[in-house]
Amino acid sequence: MPVNTDHAIELRAVDKRYGKTVVVDGIDLQVHNGECFVLIGHNGAGKTTIMKLMLGLTRPSIGQVMVLGEDPMNRSFVARRQAMGYLPESASFYPHMTGLELLGYYARLKGVSSTEIGRRLEQVGLLDAATRRLNTYSKGMRQRLGLAQAVLGAPRLLFLDEPTTGLDPLVRRDFYQIISDLRSGGTTVVISSHALNEIEVRADRIAVIKHGRLVACGSLSDLSRRVGLPVRTRLAVASGSAARVAGQLAAHTRIDRVNDHSVDLICPEDEKMAMLRHIADLGDTVLDVSMTTPRLDEIYLHFMNGERA
Amino acid sequence: MIRMLKTILILAAKEIRDGLRNRWVAATILLLGTLALALSYLGSAPIGEIRAGVLEVSVVSLTSLSMYLLPLIALMLSFDALVGEFEHGTMLLLLTYPVARWQILSGKFLGHAAILLLAILVGYGGALGVLILVGDGDTTGWQAYSAMMASSLLLGCVFLNIGYLISSLVRERAVAVGAAVGAWLLLVVLYDLGLLSALLIDEGKHISEGLFSALMLVNPADAYRLFNFTGFGEIGRLVGATDIGAGFESGLVAPILVMVLWVIVPFLLTTALFHRREL
Repeated sequence: MPVNTDHAIELRAVDKRYGKTVVVDGIDLQVHNGECFVLIGHNGAGKTTIMKLMLGLTRPSIGQVMVLGEDPMNRSFVARRQAMGYLPESASFYPHMTGLELLGYYARLKGVSSTEIGRRLEQVGLLDAATRRLNTYSKGMRQRLGLAQAVLGAPRLLFLDEPTTGLDPLVRRDFYQIISDLRSGGTTVVISSHALNEIEVRADRIAVIKHGRLVACGSLSDLSRRVGLPVRTRLAVASGSAARVAGQLAAHTRIDRVNDHSVDLICPEDEKMAMLRHIADLGDTVLDVSMTTPRLDEIYLHFMNGERA
Repeated sequence: MIRMLKTILILAAKEIRDGLRNRWVAATILLLGTLALALSYLGSAPIGEIRAGVLEVSVVSLTSLSMYLLPLIALMLSFDALVGEFEHGTMLLLLTYPVARWQILSGKFLGHAAILLLAILVGYGGALGVLILVGDGDTTGWQAYSAMMASSLLLGCVFLNIGYLISSLVRERAVAVGAAVGAWLLLVVLYDLGLLSALLIDEGKHISEGLFSALMLVNPADAYRLFNFTGFGEIGRLVGATDIGAGFESGLVAPILVMVLWVIVPFLLTTALFHRREL
């Protein structure tokens, strides 16, 4: 089969069953080179299994997985793992090693220069704890160490399974900073996450997984168009002109609320631009426009509750 | 190729560091050294009419001891090599590194074997030094003693690999402990008892001497004993092994071959099982 080099990862009609339990059910998806691809879905939707399939840790029951142009279960794929990083969900490490020893061990296995170890420890703020044993580390510290090992050697392909769970907001910011630095170097990132509001601004494309099936995949605006959730618009208008503005717009769009100096509008995603043109036609009467596009959590809830996949 | 070897060495070095850290190495050295010295002193008194050096007597007593002790030490080192990392979750991450599964197993084997080698060299070797010093520089029998040390390492390697096989077969660490103790009991203790009772019940009707020796030889612990008891001149007479019959003349090669096979076959089986394992 021809290999599409634009795709860092490709899943073709992949099923994964454990006994009679279907964990992944006929998934087709592609992760493009250099993008940030986010898997969202309920607990037990199959996100971790999809990631393990991509990592070559588990074999699909049916279908084909291609990573960097090769089946990750091939024995020859081992060498390609040098260009891959993985942060497992709640990573566990050798408890009697120190942070420094652990990173050193992983760096040697990856063939990464030992000069990078100190830099990575500093990046995740673990330099002071570097010589402490890992069984004294808190969950947050282990998670940061997990990230440090995942980004060793600046991988081309980075897998993060619920990376920011249990991290405080400040650390989260550093966390995303490290990932964004890597991304500017061309790294493809696959993230599974429940932290929808922090991920939506970082995702290029989002895959919604429900009971092992891919119910939707696309950019945030693709998804919101598909769901048909409305865009909310609030117009600030000159005092007393609200009723007049509402009257002029009523022919083109739905008016939600009107009060003395503001008008709230609701319109579907694909009528957004037309509506904006009508607003522009109103001239000076409209002082300000603020729009709220549907958030990922609304879209997510819609997919989880509404559409029966 | 060099990268491949380097990876194995990195993995082995970690096992050795772990062994040093959790005092496994120190405890094993202490145990082997103390027992070697104690047995030599106990055994050096009543030698009787057979002329044998203190080293040759030590080989006899140490062989009988090592046959029980080394398999146990090796199994305790190896039983959780795989299942422990699976259960603890560290295997998941390790397998996403540029490391082949056979390399993981080879690295662990190399590391554990190095620990055993160190313990045997320092424990038994140290006792050898002390015995030579005490015996006013009498080195008679050093070849037999050295062969005992080398074959002890080989016996240890056999049971390391039996431990890995157990580790790849079971899903829980607790089960692996039980299976390791079971394997030790079966191969080291019960096998001989079973064989002897079979011989007694049979009264020589079906089990010929040849068959008996063959059955003896295929067990790695017995192969180890045969190698050390019959391999070197004086020792055979010392334990009376040669009196039992020509069937016991197993020589040096056959027991070594048996033990090498007991290293290779479980190793290959473990590699195959490990490769099939999904996470």
